[in-house]
Amino acid sequence: MARLNAQNVERAKAVIRRYPRERSATIPLLHLAQEQDGYITPEAMEHIGELVGATAAEVQGVATFYEMFKHEPVGTYLIGVCTNLSCMILGAEQVLEHTEKVLGIKAGSTTVDGMFTIEEMQCLAACGGAPCLQVNYRYFENVTDERVDGIVDALRNGRDPEGQSIPPHGTLSNITLPAPTTPADRERPEEIHPAPQGVES
Amino acid sequence: MSVTASQSVVFARMGDPEAHTIDRYVATGGYEGLRRALSMKPEDIEAATTASTLTGRGGAGFATGQKWSLLADAYPRYVVVNGDESEPGTFKDRQLMERDPHQVIEGALITAYAVRATRVFLYVRGEMALAQERIGQALVDAYAKGYVGSNIMGSGWSIDVVLHWGAGAYVVGEETALLESLEGKRAFPRIKPPFYPAAKGLYYQPTIVNNVETVSTLPWILRHSGEEYAALGAGRSTGTRIMCVSGHVKNPGNYEVEAGNITFRDLIYAPELGGGIRDGHTIKAFVPGGGSAPWLFEDHLDLTLDPGPVAAEGTMLGSGAVVVMDDSTCMVRAAWNLVRFYSHESCGQCTPCREGGNWMEKIMWRIENGAGRMEDLDLLLDVGQTISPGSFPHASNKATGLEATPWPYRMTTICFVGPSAVVPMHSALTRFRDEFVAHIEQGSCPVGAHA
Amino acid sequence: MTDTAPAKTTFTITVDGKEIEALPGELLIAAAERGGTYIPRFCYHPRMRPVGMCRMCLVEVVGPRGPQLQPSCMIPVADGMVVDTESPTVKKAQDGMLELLLVNHPLDCPVCDKGGECPLQDQTLAFGPGESRFVEEKRHWEKPIDLSSLVALDRERCIQCDRCTRFADEVAGDPLIEFMGRGAYTEVNTFPDDPFASYFSGNTVQLCPVGALTAKPYRFKARPWDLDQVESTCTSCSVGCRMAVQSSNDRVVRLLGVDVDPVNHGWLCDKGRFDFEASNSDDRLTMPLVRTGDTLTESSWGVALAKVTEALSGAKDRHGAGSIAVLGGARLTNEDAYAWSKLARTVLGTDHVDAQLGDGLPAEVVLGLPRATIDEACSADLLVLLTGDLKEELPILYLRVRGAVQDQGLRVLEISPVETGMTRYAAASVRAVPGELASAVGHDTAKALLQGAGKVVCVLGRQSVAESADAVMDAAAALLEAVPGVTFLSGLRRANVHGALDMGLAPGVLPGRISLADGREWVGSTWGELPAEPGLDAHGILTAAAEGKLQGLVLLGADPLADFPDRDLARRALAGAGTVIAIDAFLTASSRQADVVLPAAIAGEKAGSTTNLEGRVSRLNQKITPPGTARADWMIAAELASRLGGDLGFESVAHITDEIAAVAPAYVGITSAALLSSAGFDGLLTGGLHDAHHEGPPSMGRGEAVEVDAVAAHGDNPTVEVRDSSPAPDQPDPSAGSEPHGDESSTAEAEAILAGGEGDHVEAVQKSAEAGESVATRPNRPAVLRSTPTVTRRAVPAVDGYSLRLVASHKLYDDGTLVQHSPSLAPLAPGSVVRVNPADLERLGVTAGDSVRVTSSRTALTLTTQADLGVPRGVAHLAFDQPGPGAADLIDAAAPVTDVRLETI
Repeated sequence: MARLNAQNVERAKAVIRRYPRERSATIPLLHLAQEQDGYITPEAMEHIGELVGATAAEVQGVATFYEMFKHEPVGTYLIGVCTNLSCMILGAEQVLEHTEKVLGIKAGSTTVDGMFTIEEMQCLAACGGAPCLQVNYRYFENVTDERVDGIVDALRNGRDPEGQSIPPHGTLSNITLPAPTTPADRERPEEIHPAPQGVES
Repeated sequence: MSVTASQSVVFARMGDPEAHTIDRYVATGGYEGLRRALSMKPEDIEAATTASTLTGRGGAGFATGQKWSLLADAYPRYVVVNGDESEPGTFKDRQLMERDPHQVIEGALITAYAVRATRVFLYVRGEMALAQERIGQALVDAYAKGYVGSNIMGSGWSIDVVLHWGAGAYVVGEETALLESLEGKRAFPRIKPPFYPAAKGLYYQPTIVNNVETVSTLPWILRHSGEEYAALGAGRSTGTRIMCVSGHVKNPGNYEVEAGNITFRDLIYAPELGGGIRDGHTIKAFVPGGGSAPWLFEDHLDLTLDPGPVAAEGTMLGSGAVVVMDDSTCMVRAAWNLVRFYSHESCGQCTPCREGGNWMEKIMWRIENGAGRMEDLDLLLDVGQTISPGSFPHASNKATGLEATPWPYRMTTICFVGPSAVVPMHSALTRFRDEFVAHIEQGSCPVGAHA
Repeated sequence: MTDTAPAKTTFTITVDGKEIEALPGELLIAAAERGGTYIPRFCYHPRMRPVGMCRMCLVEVVGPRGPQLQPSCMIPVADGMVVDTESPTVKKAQDGMLELLLVNHPLDCPVCDKGGECPLQDQTLAFGPGESRFVEEKRHWEKPIDLSSLVALDRERCIQCDRCTRFADEVAGDPLIEFMGRGAYTEVNTFPDDPFASYFSGNTVQLCPVGALTAKPYRFKARPWDLDQVESTCTSCSVGCRMAVQSSNDRVVRLLGVDVDPVNHGWLCDKGRFDFEASNSDDRLTMPLVRTGDTLTESSWGVALAKVTEALSGAKDRHGAGSIAVLGGARLTNEDAYAWSKLARTVLGTDHVDAQLGDGLPAEVVLGLPRATIDEACSADLLVLLTGDLKEELPILYLRVRGAVQDQGLRVLEISPVETGMTRYAAASVRAVPGELASAVGHDTAKALLQGAGKVVCVLGRQSVAESADAVMDAAAALLEAVPGVTFLSGLRRANVHGALDMGLAPGVLPGRISLADGREWVGSTWGELPAEPGLDAHGILTAAAEGKLQGLVLLGADPLADFPDRDLARRALAGAGTVIAIDAFLTASSRQADVVLPAAIAGEKAGSTTNLEGRVSRLNQKITPPGTARADWMIAAELASRLGGDLGFESVAHITDEIAAVAPAYVGITSAALLSSAGFDGLLTGGLHDAHHEGPPSMGRGEAVEVDAVAAHGDNPTVEVRDSSPAPDQPDPSAGSEPHGDESSTAEAEAILAGGEGDHVEAVQKSAEAGESVATRPNRPAVLRSTPTVTRRAVPAVDGYSLRLVASHKLYDDGTLVQHSPSLAPLAPGSVVRVNPADLERLGVTAGDSVRVTSSRTALTLTTQADLGVPRGVAHLAFDQPGPGAADLIDAAAPVTDVRLETI
């Protein structure tokens, strides 16, 4: 557990190249580390520090600020139940309670088999579909106890819940973003419309 | 009751399930706004934007064209699109990013060209995996088709757009905190002055930070005209804006409206909009502009969705999020819920927000759980005063004869997160003090739903 | 952060109805304070970037929308600004902040080190509520955790002001402590297993506005109200940081940095801050020791001094004054050094005196090169580092230079055999392995930076004691050739080595930076007869001793067995010298060999003055009494003189200070009164006095031309160019704003400036100069030394294919007396590890971490290897003066370089 592997180091370098300053890649690289290991290991933070020119302490300061970064192993599926205002007044607390009952754990903990972690989450920007929950940041809106049962059942049995494919915790997106075409440190953009003649300077 | 149908500007493609693909996007007028922009001089785009009266849709409502004109004369300069939508009650930007990602990119490109930026960053909330995927794929396709990158559409102008993943922190929605985060740091808001992004932004270079909805409006304005956009709506609420309606309404959802033409009553009750309160219940209170906005009540339903009159009532349209609470709602718990949110999301940088928010949450939790003391009510207000001194904003209240304090309020904090924790506490406590007292005296909730 | 010189115009602002003058760009909190209104604060610190986090300094500033609460630490003043710091709104906000800071703060003041000097406690007492309205459970953290071996952190007491974390990042450049977590659960911490191992960690304790950070050497040692303090100057290295010495029950318990603008900005390094522990050591010498057979036994001063007198007078009578030598003196005050210089030259009659132990540079070069101050080094267009690792040897100079690189864009050219703490901040770093130092100056990279650079300053010192000082001389000469206007800041590290040299503790040099030849008449008129010929330096003295030519050897706090870079020679010298007399605070390897040991007082136990590497003279104050019968070195000199039939004529420290001002040309005006004046607070710069009114004989040096009088030169004088590039002591402070060729026709003014340097001090120093009028009119006051080394290109043999060239340089923590007697610091010495480029290790078939036999022409040692990319190929690096056998055993001081072979065992 671990530093970034060779393939991820290459991906990391590609990420770093998108930014005028290396440090800007800190958060994306932490996501990369979380994708690799499922959570953020101290070794990964040290490695990211080396890659972006920061001390391990600086990387940890960042990694502990943002809630998506987990510093202990979490389940393959992180079930986040929103209990913010719109969801709460439409029954989110009941949904959370039910999820806890179904999985036999309290929010903030992980099932013994390492498959599920429940997390109480802040507003997920799905208030129109309240109450809502996420599994590894994939949305399920207007959830009910029955749908929670179905989602858990599908995940337990290796099926896509409600037809949504859910990668293991840590993976945000498998799309490889295009490499930049302009230098990261370029000073000015092209002027494609020269100033009209006769303008006083 | 019914309202006149609004012009669809940013939501024109919402009915189209394939709108996120580049083919559908281009087939429905996509990137025409950019093509038009590249035929113009940057100054003229800024003029058109100013003429459109478009204002920022992130919450603060600053005039977009004017924001651009404040850029310091220095290079490199950057455009950052704020897609870290996290304000409680708000869910419009996510929908725009998931369903019409090219429109976001096109709007960002128009902005970048207009302000002569050297690179664009799309800061997208980390918890929105689908938005990340959709924008990522849109970027791959747009690069491939020459809408982004080198020599865009043969114009000779080049720019790169970088998709940046957030990682879960509400405060990143504050634009200077977002810049810190984009620099790979803890998202501590910067102190203004001097750190206005237009003067000292990303890497302390001039930077424009615009919200997703704001930039999504630009392709339409370029395809039509600033004047045409300005002709929509009325009053100080020209153009269209998306209102997010949630809570105890029959039809929760996002609605693009010519806000200046309608009232809260229209938004909440019109059958083609909110559709009214769910059967058997009546409205008790509503959040008019995201969790940070002081609450309004039944007596405010006829207010027009116009920043002027709304501010006169001591609140704001903010991010356009209306959360409706009906008579089944425990006001102590509802307020505690939001106080908890802002306390949880405090970055911890400044004392009043870090300590004050946390303290208020603890007091409210005690009251909600039957362990409150009568002196806690004054204590709550007093702690609130330390965070937001002076006459605290609140809506007018016919029942108590309270007069509205016009927006904005004063604050001892660096940014609005601290006072945002005071807002729900104060809104609930001044209007529903009896519910707080009942919790304290009976040790349980009179509304019955929660405690 | 060094404030740039403010513009001439001032603003007027109104604070609480009172008009005060403020400087454009100045922060409101600072302007108000200067105007007499103290605004409470926790996070604001004038030497760091404002962050506006604690919100304690909120005041109302009248704006277009009426009074607005603003953090006064973030708001620059504007002309006409109206401010209210006492309105009910302000009071409510400030009281509210206090209450909020206290809600989670433990009420453990009775057991908190900070209790009694805690701004949070003080302000709560003054303004706070008597009772807390917070009934909830406070936030809990594990009680003190170790941030490092020197600093502990109690996170429950932390108020998240960002001072320590900002310092670590911004000032020290060691961002090893950070905010972790978020919101109400924000904590300061280190990365696991990566402690805050910064040389500057102690500053965070001083900066902490509450008791969250505590220094382990001070924890639970005293209560602030029991402390007494004096201001003094740190003598742990030659930077000369100002500090406060605090004691309780006649023991030093704490040192605090004091902010003086030209030197330390309030900072101290951890060695300077914590090596006071040595003064409390049980190992201190309290009584004289006299040898009987193989043992040293305690004795009375009378007996010991009689023995010394007998030995020295016997040596002089039987073998001549040339059989006596005095080695050391860098630990001494200027007054001590002057007394010993006078004693040696007059009563003993020897010129075999040297304060350096073969680890520095020739005195006439150190004293004679055109000088630069720290401020000038930091504001140069290019700073050339031809010296040891600043971070290891002169830590606060490192902070100043690093700060100038970060904040003002100072460009640094480093020419160094190995990577240093400055390498990452240098615009270019040229690796010069021993033997190539001078040619490195002509390296393309160096040339490119040097060409076209305007003001160039060079820090000149010893990069490696395994390479002859001649190499540095050559490099300096090459630099002077390339940039004729270059000025120099000495990089010699020993505490008061500059004061000792200035007082004449070097062969052929008399007090005030004059040569024995030039100054014979001038100094002789006060001192009497002087030795006829220049004497031997440390290497010469030790060689003579080893050859049996010395009958009396006085070690003035010198430990040649530890410090001389040739332990074999030092060993033979101590064995071969007749009587060895050691004056020291501890028994060292060398003083254990002595025949008589006299216990000396050290810093904190005696008063006087000290001269730093830029030639700034600062006061040392006495705080505690020396242990037992230990006493100041000057007293020992005076007593010895009288027993030897002479009379140094000293009655007090002040008396000596004033004699120095009268006799030593570079110290004109630096009288005891001037040092006591307010102008003396920042220290007084010594001048390179060179007045045309008193034409002296040509100064000594290496064939350089006699310097033209600089200040008296008129505008049309062709030597104007020389003058413009002349060192700071010849110029008024730039902030005084006067043109160099201004109205300085008055001799008195010119002299004042010459002597005092800093414009701010002109007035006070001028008085002193006038007091010294009689001195100034005496004939034949010699000019101070001017030295222009020329390139000699001394031949260095090529290294053979099996050997590595040795580089030996100092680390901050070493086997030095004070460090080793400071329990907190001693374990931090890294030890002798051979650092070698991994490519060389591979070539030699050695695995990193292996023990190897390291063989030089002198001896063979067994040491551990370490691979280090910061060491260039062909070089083996060893830290000098680490506990146990090491570099000193390998070096032959007579050879220009030392080569070693590495063999696996």
